Amino acid sequence: MIRKNVADASEALAGVSDGMTLMLGGFGLCGIPENAITELVRLGVGGLTCISNNAGVDDFGLGLLLQERQVDHMISSYVGENDEFERQMLSGELKVTLTPQGTLAEKCRAAQAGIPAFFTPAGYGTEVAEGKETREFGGKMYVMEEAFQADFAFVKAWKGDEAGNLVFKGTARNFNPCMCGAARITVAEVEELLPAGSLDPNEIHIPGIFVQRIFQGTGYEKRIEQRTVRMR
Amino acid sequence: MLDKNGIAKRIAQEVQDGYYVNLGIGIPTLVANFVRDDISVEFQSENGVLGMGPFPWEGEEDPDLINAGKQTITTLPGASFFDSALSFSMIRGQHVDLTILGAMEVADNGDIANWKIPGKMVKGMGGAMDLVASAENIIVAMMHTNKAGQSKLLRECTLPLTGVQCVKKVVTNLAVLEITPAGFLLLERAPGVSVEDIRNATEGRLTIPDEVPEMAL
Repeated sequence: MIRKNVADASEALAGVSDGMTLMLGGFGLCGIPENAITELVRLGVGGLTCISNNAGVDDFGLGLLLQERQVDHMISSYVGENDEFERQMLSGELKVTLTPQGTLAEKCRAAQAGIPAFFTPAGYGTEVAEGKETREFGGKMYVMEEAFQADFAFVKAWKGDEAGNLVFKGTARNFNPCMCGAARITVAEVEELLPAGSLDPNEIHIPGIFVQRIFQGTGYEKRIEQRTVRMR
Repeated sequence: MLDKNGIAKRIAQEVQDGYYVNLGIGIPTLVANFVRDDISVEFQSENGVLGMGPFPWEGEEDPDLINAGKQTITTLPGASFFDSALSFSMIRGQHVDLTILGAMEVADNGDIANWKIPGKMVKGMGGAMDLVASAENIIVAMMHTNKAGQSKLLRECTLPLTGVQCVKKVVTNLAVLEITPAGFLLLERAPGVSVEDIRNATEGRLTIPDEVPEMAL
């Protein structure tokens, strides 16, 4: 067995430096790598390009990095819930590349799978397709999109083992599996780090080969953005 | 004239037995409340769940279980979770039968704009561009006019497009309209709304048949 476990977030983020491109899993605040984000703030690295479906909220998630002006470029599909983000974007301090959600996921998956580019119908005829190659297949038009190139991927899983195998929970799965192995180094943080052999190989979502470092996360806040309930 | 629930109720009639359906944020989310209970339908949310159920009972919210609007949800028997790439394989691969979403503008050729108002609102397209580019059957749920009283059913969209020539049907507070090569075809009137009201509120090309029945709700 090849061991991937490291002591903590500090060890897991060794080698992260200014100007890097980072992938961060999560949808809204669901399934975000909370510990890695806290450590990125502590390290104070700047000039980052962040690939993440959303940009957090003002005081949580990626919003924490934005507050400290550590991010130069965000690549996201939806950025609606963050005032500081909007301010930085409209003032030009922050470059934002809005990307259709399925294209964002596939650009991760393509990087993971060693596919340099692919064609998608999403965005054809819109400003998203401007400057990109388009081609007709079977009478329909498609846009060529390229795989991401990233230095680190930070993902959050529910359970993991020392071999780096991962299991996700509920809709906290989202972009996390697509980002595993899609960057030079993938760092997984888990709620429960188990000895190898504890997880049923039949039920592993992401095999450890896609993960370089894994650590037991602490203090998960798991904030809910839109608490919607039925009254009893 | 219909309210938001009325629009949702009318659209629910378009949902057929055996359909997998993706509901957008806003009025489309309400459609789930009005689907007949004698048919089998599964709701897909693009953040990674199929078989979405109602909101949880108070105290049973799970932060690891949300829909694409980031609302806490539940799942129904037969539900499944999956990652974002697989979710959009369902969407792009046309495995989802019906997409219902909101819009700021729809043009009479089926173009739709719903993600950006230059200089004012830039929140992003989320999954909307993937959905409209791929779905076989797209129904738009929206008000017929904007808050200033201007038509949202146009000859050409003025806002940045989300997708081209993709909308099949529009259900508004005033009418049900189909997109045809000749523009909007008026299919039904909302209760208490005249053909003249609809003509006045529609800027795009509009074909009015001799008989325009009132919606049966």
